Amino acid sequence: MSTVDTRLTYKQADYKSDVKPIWCPGCGDYHVLMSFGRAFAQLGLPPEKIAVISGIGCSSRIPAYTNCYGFHGVHGRSLALAAGLKVTRPDLTVVVASGDGDGYSIGGNHFLHACRRNIDMTYVVMDNHIYGMTKGQPSPTTEPEFDTALSPGGTGLRPFNPLVIALASGANFIARCFSGDPNETAAVLVEAIQHPGFSFIEILSPCVTFRPDEKAWKDLVHPAPVGATNDPGKAARRIMTDDGFNIGVLYRGDRKPYQPAVGATNINLSELEKDFEL
Amino acid sequence: MTMGASPSVSIAIVGSGGAGALTTGNSLLEAASAAGWHGLFTRTMGPQIRGGEAAGLLRLAVHPVECLPDQFDLLIGIDWLNAHRFGAEIKVGPQSLVISDPRGGEPPPMVTQSGARVVEIPMKEMAKAISDGRPNMIALGIASRLLGFTTEQVFAPIAKRLADKGPAAIEASRAGIKVGFGAAAGIEFGTQLAPPSPSSARRWLLSGNEATALGAIRGGVRFAAAYPITPATEILEWLAPNLSKVGGVLLQAEDELAAINMIIGSSYGGTPALTATSGPGLSLMIEALGLATCAEMPVVVVDVMRGGPSTGIPTKSEQGDLNIAVYGLHGDAPHLVLAPQSVGDCLFTTQWATYLAETLQAPAIVLSDQFIGQSRAAIERPADVAFIGARAVATEISGAYKRHAMTANGVSPMAIPGTRGGQYTADGLTHSERGTPTSGAADHLAQLDKRRDKLDHFNFGDHWATVEGTGDLAVITWGSLTGAAREAVGRATADGIDVRVVAPRLLAPVRPEQMAAALAGVKRILVVEQTHGGQFHKYLRAHYDLPAPVRVFKRPGPLPITAGEIYRAITDWR
Amino acid sequence: MSKAAGNPKVSNLNDLLAIAYQIEIDAVDRYKLLADQMETHNNPELVKIFRDLARAEGIHGEEIRRLAGDFDVVAHARQIAKFERSESPEEADLGSAHYMMTPWHALQLSLDGEKRALAYFTSIVETAKDPKVKALAAELVEEEAEHVALVHRLLRRYPKPSANWADDMDPPVSQE
Repeated sequence: MSTVDTRLTYKQADYKSDVKPIWCPGCGDYHVLMSFGRAFAQLGLPPEKIAVISGIGCSSRIPAYTNCYGFHGVHGRSLALAAGLKVTRPDLTVVVASGDGDGYSIGGNHFLHACRRNIDMTYVVMDNHIYGMTKGQPSPTTEPEFDTALSPGGTGLRPFNPLVIALASGANFIARCFSGDPNETAAVLVEAIQHPGFSFIEILSPCVTFRPDEKAWKDLVHPAPVGATNDPGKAARRIMTDDGFNIGVLYRGDRKPYQPAVGATNINLSELEKDFEL
Repeated sequence: MTMGASPSVSIAIVGSGGAGALTTGNSLLEAASAAGWHGLFTRTMGPQIRGGEAAGLLRLAVHPVECLPDQFDLLIGIDWLNAHRFGAEIKVGPQSLVISDPRGGEPPPMVTQSGARVVEIPMKEMAKAISDGRPNMIALGIASRLLGFTTEQVFAPIAKRLADKGPAAIEASRAGIKVGFGAAAGIEFGTQLAPPSPSSARRWLLSGNEATALGAIRGGVRFAAAYPITPATEILEWLAPNLSKVGGVLLQAEDELAAINMIIGSSYGGTPALTATSGPGLSLMIEALGLATCAEMPVVVVDVMRGGPSTGIPTKSEQGDLNIAVYGLHGDAPHLVLAPQSVGDCLFTTQWATYLAETLQAPAIVLSDQFIGQSRAAIERPADVAFIGARAVATEISGAYKRHAMTANGVSPMAIPGTRGGQYTADGLTHSERGTPTSGAADHLAQLDKRRDKLDHFNFGDHWATVEGTGDLAVITWGSLTGAAREAVGRATADGIDVRVVAPRLLAPVRPEQMAAALAGVKRILVVEQTHGGQFHKYLRAHYDLPAPVRVFKRPGPLPITAGEIYRAITDWR
Repeated sequence: MSKAAGNPKVSNLNDLLAIAYQIEIDAVDRYKLLADQMETHNNPELVKIFRDLARAEGIHGEEIRRLAGDFDVVAHARQIAKFERSESPEEADLGSAHYMMTPWHALQLSLDGEKRALAYFTSIVETAKDPKVKALAAELVEEEAEHVALVHRLLRRYPKPSANWADDMDPPVSQE
């Protein structure tokens, strides 16, 4: 490729493709897309060096709306796609996008192991407390009393607490953001991407179509009363008493990211045959 | 050592409770291979994790062997506990010799009703008389005397195995071998191996699973995702250290759903990737294989087939995953399905599969099976072949990049992440040439045609099948049955009956023209397969013209189909 | 939420020009985004309104560039105009968009934006030390006040929609 302009600076618009989102007007994900662009521009990352990996759901449509490399995979498996990609291409910045259904339900198992593995990537879950794409079934974060067709009268089930799970499983950076504050979200994204290891951001992103009640979120979210900690015990106590609307970085760990050496050695293939030679 | 005239000899060693029967069998294989013979060793075990009943089944020969014998010439029973479970797997007959320990329990009906000659040797007692003595070393000594090996020849592999157990253990084994050797003096055994054919060819001793793993690396694989499952785990365990030696990486996955998606992610980033599993794991991977097909992402999935359905018989072989391999993906999703035919062919077929997947940007399923995967064979070193992954990559990109652009051969150059101007989003959603999701009729049809035609129109050459022999009877089979079929056909030909063998190595896409050429002039077709439902027969009928009357010899696992059985099916049909 | 906190501090005239410019440009982008959304979701009346609003904000932006004279307000804006914890004041609230929104709603969004910008520049008038900054800020306050008045006039053309303005007799469609 031609010579790189080392003083190249990028604008938010450089990360947006010309594909028009199908998201309903009013959807929080539009703000998240903006935050992506703002964060990438701030980091000065060439768009072709970023890979946005997703599963299935409204939020998972985001890769095609960016000008980065993207993979719109199958439901719940974005973290596995991302692990295979990042481990073999450590030079890329890998951002994984998911929703509360894709990420915490079918993707739940992969979530645990992604935190445990601590491969350097950033996992963004746009949580709207509902399955939007399939028209309004409860998700693992839906309130127990929320009435839906699939769960008349509400599920009666305690919602999943993803920040606790992430902390317990070994995530190295944990934050919660609100889509309605795209600059704040962008700032957290910048930090998350720069922080080594597995960074997890839960972004509360209201669903205008199936959760119009979530319009109230912008008045419910508030900055976290204390700053981030690197003590998992302290973080655990805070998150277990969290009201679900604390915004900010909760935890910054110092685990070493998992990245095996790739391409570092290349012996002659005939060396491998010694195992079998008579 | 003493030379005989038999081109091949077969031995079974049976024992339980940690007796070490398999070690005895493996040592004989190693000794024979070192001396220049070909060999095939397989095992059959009870369901226990330790201490179960086990039998090592070994065939040695002056020519390459790719199947077990119809009958065993020599059967050594270290003990007979639960040996009746092996039943028909270990056939002996009036010409066979059985060595039995009088304190080893009752020999099973397969022995007592066979007419075989039984000689009693008190192996357990002899072992007890040696400090740290083991009865399987006594058995090894007995076998080496009867087969015509020296004690040193069979001791060498044992010494290697016990290298880190200390001199006492090694000495005890040597003593046991000597005692057994002495105890077999004077026992008549008519099947002595002819001398090995002199050959300067380099030879290997390896299992089908190991050959599969090396074939992958030769084909360009540099990333593997691993979730253990019997009988495929050895592929992944061999890859773990050896991939990193060549700059590659193996990642253990939390389940097969993760494994298949990890390799798709690696492939997306430009690194050829593979995983290995068995039937239950392949079932879990089906959805993502569809994703790889639609997104035109090369990946290789090895399915080492085992008894099915469901959890089935994990330690036994069967050919019942054909249907899911070719038909399992929802929607119309043509992809590559290949099947190795022997331990050595695992290397070629996996390498070729990697090459084809990368060249055609499609997933390839390689249907190996437990028999080939876990058998060890002494073979000639497989030749280096030029099939190394050759993905079409888009580099100088100007203008709007079309990931799924229509081209003459249906393969669209792929932009590897990091390439400026090539940004695209890979998708399982139906898409346009650009890659943007669409529900339009024209785009959907165009991409379906493209994905089908890029495979159908590719020139796969002669590797698509093993086609041998002349005659108006054709035996059509595949996978691990190919060895037995070829041996049966060899016997028939020697008897003056001309028979062909057609064994596809490429199961999908189908090759109608090539199959027609292979079957030209055929008047009878014998389909041989190891399934209950006749999957292969039905597949042939669905996709190929079978120009003559067909008989089907099908039997599900766990028993292998022997050359003798196929030979009888041939001669019965005149 | 912390809407007012953390807006970039203005210490000199160039800063204020740059920020004022950026506010207009951000508003242009926001209205264009909304116009695109309305186009994708088949609300042509609103496409026109948002495109008109984008054009108007663009003109405001050009005016500020003229005011800046030779000073490269565009480059300076990229350096300093970072709205820390809130959105740029004049950016319409994306969360209030709706595929069936009416012109009245669009103008309410615009009105809210203009009012926020007005409040922002007013706070600068009140807190600025530099007299030049104060003076320019006061000018901008007047401008925004005019914009607010204009939007009020436009609003008179459109009645407040009835309670069931968002009723869609067709159900939502599941695309996956």
